[in-house]
Amino acid sequence: MADALHEPQLALHVEDLTVSYQNKPVLWDIDLDLPPGVMAAVVGPNGAGKTSLIKAILELIPSLAGHVRILGKPYRQQRGRVGYVPQRSAVDWEFPTTALDVVTMGLYGRLGWLRRPGRREREEAMQALEQVAMADFAHRQISQLSGGQQQRVFLARALVQQAEVYFLDEPMAGVDATTERAIVNILGELRDAGKTIIVVHHDLQTVRTYFDWLVLLNVGVVAQGPVSEVYTAANLRRAYGGQVALLEGNGMPADKPTPPDPQRDQTGDVF
Amino acid sequence: MLTLFVDYTIAKVTIGAVLLGIISGVLGSFAVLRQQSLLGDTLSHAALPGVCIGFIIAGTREMASLMAGALATGILAALAVLVITRRSRLKTDAALGITLSVSFAIGVVLLTYIQGTGNASQGGLDSFLFGQAAAILRHDLWIMAGITFAALALVTALWKEFKLVVFDPSFAAAMGLPVVALETLLTVMIALAVIVGLQMVGVVLMASMVIAPATAARQWHERLGPMVVSAAAIGVTAGVVGALISAQGQGLATGPLIVLCAAVLVAISLLFAPRRGLVEEAVERWRGRRQLEDRQVLSTLYGLARRHQDPRFSAERGFVDAYYGVRTRKALEALHAQGLVDRFRAEPDEAEYWELTEAGVEEAERLLADIKGRRA
Amino acid sequence: MLASLMERIPVMIMVTGALVGMAGTLVGSFLVLSGRSMLSDAISHSIILGIVVVWLLTGQQTGPIQTIGAAVTGLLTVFLTQALVRTRRMRNDAAIGLVFPVFFALGVLLLNVYARDVHIDEHTVLLGEIGFIWLDNITIAGYELPRSLVAMSAITLVNLLFVGVFYKELKLATFDPMLARALGFAPGVLSYGLLLLTSVTAVAAFDAVGVILFVAFVIVPPATAYLLTERLWLMLVIGCLVSVIASVTGYILANYWDVSIGGMMAVMTGVAFTLAFLLAPRHGLLPRWWRARRDAAHNRAAIDDSAEAKRPS
Repeated sequence: MADALHEPQLALHVEDLTVSYQNKPVLWDIDLDLPPGVMAAVVGPNGAGKTSLIKAILELIPSLAGHVRILGKPYRQQRGRVGYVPQRSAVDWEFPTTALDVVTMGLYGRLGWLRRPGRREREEAMQALEQVAMADFAHRQISQLSGGQQQRVFLARALVQQAEVYFLDEPMAGVDATTERAIVNILGELRDAGKTIIVVHHDLQTVRTYFDWLVLLNVGVVAQGPVSEVYTAANLRRAYGGQVALLEGNGMPADKPTPPDPQRDQTGDVF
Repeated sequence: MLTLFVDYTIAKVTIGAVLLGIISGVLGSFAVLRQQSLLGDTLSHAALPGVCIGFIIAGTREMASLMAGALATGILAALAVLVITRRSRLKTDAALGITLSVSFAIGVVLLTYIQGTGNASQGGLDSFLFGQAAAILRHDLWIMAGITFAALALVTALWKEFKLVVFDPSFAAAMGLPVVALETLLTVMIALAVIVGLQMVGVVLMASMVIAPATAARQWHERLGPMVVSAAAIGVTAGVVGALISAQGQGLATGPLIVLCAAVLVAISLLFAPRRGLVEEAVERWRGRRQLEDRQVLSTLYGLARRHQDPRFSAERGFVDAYYGVRTRKALEALHAQGLVDRFRAEPDEAEYWELTEAGVEEAERLLADIKGRRA
Repeated sequence: MLASLMERIPVMIMVTGALVGMAGTLVGSFLVLSGRSMLSDAISHSIILGIVVVWLLTGQQTGPIQTIGAAVTGLLTVFLTQALVRTRRMRNDAAIGLVFPVFFALGVLLLNVYARDVHIDEHTVLLGEIGFIWLDNITIAGYELPRSLVAMSAITLVNLLFVGVFYKELKLATFDPMLARALGFAPGVLSYGLLLLTSVTAVAAFDAVGVILFVAFVIVPPATAYLLTERLWLMLVIGCLVSVIASVTGYILANYWDVSIGGMMAVMTGVAFTLAFLLAPRHGLLPRWWRARRDAAHNRAAIDDSAEAKRPS
């Protein structure tokens, strides 16, 4: 029973996932269904549990209840088909190693214990670096890369994993516009190749241009589905509470950048 | 005659312990809150070369010069830590470890150098390693008292400035306070606490006197003022009890005894302090976890009922279990006891069915509104 | 006969010192990189309790089983420290500073009570006796070798094997523990393995350098190497080289000035660090300062040039 496929037609199936920190629920009763081949944004205000959601799905933090299926099976059985890009700030970029080496780390899962990466792995890593236009920086020490370049290295590391489902935690945070566009293009190519991309995203403005699927999160799932259906003023208001006032033009989500607003400073973290 | 001698020793040791407890408790509070707990460890190890240099310069085991030496090398060590963290890619932990071990090594080299010169009065320099309270002279106590009261006077005079620097250095800087100078002053005063502790606990265990009283005191107080006073009191208690046991003359080193007394006080505070105590927390957490489970099961039942458009929809327990992946029996019983759910058995299959009572529906709705409220 | 022995003793002392540094570097590099250097301080202080307890129980202070038994206290310190941090009542550094003094204090008191006239006295605890390791010899394959030298050779080999075999896993777990976990490499288990070896190394090195100087051998060579290279494997190699150089120069200077050999070796690691801190090509203080000055001059020249160009002729 446990090994039988459960919701195999879904890339990601989460049922009743609850995570609590001490006695405070961080994620409450999450039900999520993601079809394969979508590029999904997980969006919500600060403290909505976006990062926790990914970490709980990947069993990096314990959950109180619920279960997760990735392509029909628990994560432990699907490690090889899942790629994960943590927040850039999660690692120490002063670590003495090169960009190429960091990308090679993405292949460690496939290598398993004890086997060393060899020429073949390095070539694969090099290809991934080329894909993100970072081949020239392969032998640079990672602390000498800019924030955007570091993020591309992280993306290349995910690419070599050749996964089917990708989880990316804020890949567009603090990167330059060129890198952001490059990242979106690469993710789009992956999606077109049938992969499923799940991105924790912080910028509501770009949701509709970048993504085709949207999960609005705030401790619980506020709404989920195709962006065209879910990205409505009502849903956003439910997710962001009062802060959404900033978004609205005339009752509908603004598609232009919002004009400067005195309230913006107080709730600036939304954007 | 003997009793007089013992009483005199005990009086000296007690006074020394009181002074040490006060200064290390007060300054330790600042150090711990500034996340510089281990700076005391580094500064105390760095006192060893200072003591040796003081001895070499003075030529005798004269406290004032030994302390001056210890203060000087302590300040140098603090400077070294600062420079290494600011001017290299190494982080604080490495800077502390490097400074601690290398300055202690210099101390060891100097110690053996002094032994090699055969200076007759060198005997007793190693007592600074573990402390030897009974060897304190009356004259030393005057110096220790002077330092302690000077430090206390400074802390009192600059109380609100220090407080601000500890809690919010950038705000303090915005207010126009000389943050760097104040932080330096706090660090120098930790070096002062270390030299007061030289003879009582020795250089190796001084770290504990900086951290333990402050950590214990933090358990009982949420405000800086009372915390500092308590830290001093805890430091004094540990110091006096430890020093008195040591002074019984069983050959037990003073430093370790004081440290163990402080550790006992920390353990008590950690476990039993109101609000922050671990015992209370464990009880609370157990209760909260049960409640959270209960609430979860309740909201699941509610969700099922909503999906079936029937507020009194009854669910089989096995189904709820499967839905959850956990056993829900306990939670259902607890909800039942609160009158939020009802149980009944359907005859043919002996299965257990549960449904929400009216109170249960209300509670579930309140709960979900609550979670939504958190979002706003 | 006597002459050849006298010749061998300095070599043995230097080799032992170098081995302490190399074994220390192999584990210490990962501690420095993961920001846990001070755990080496905590571990080395704590093992004194283990050594005394093992000695009281078995009457033995050395031997593989005794070494591992004593090393367990080091691991226990780490475990207790982490338990305290998990209570969220204190930060990591405060927890470290609370736990190890207790272990150390218990060890010293037990020594006070039971061991007043054995050779593990307070002095050995702190300073070690690397100059006298040749007093305690064992015979291996017909050669009489100092016990410390043999013990340190063994543990250096074990550490080398551990780092060699798990190099890739250790690198990933140190750089990105989250990904390591997501990929199914158990970074927690690896980290405890590393800390166990740190403890065992500390116990093995105890006779030679004592518990505090040990910290210098674990932290300072890797920290020095970290300033000199951008490659992890090179960092390990350079750290080992620094250890060898510090041992040799430390021994020579200690003899010259007639001071503690272990102390002088540790001081020399500090000298190596200071040199790297000041002069390392990329990260050194002086090269950086010089580059900044050159760039500033360059910029100034550029500004002057453009001002020159704008001036109407």
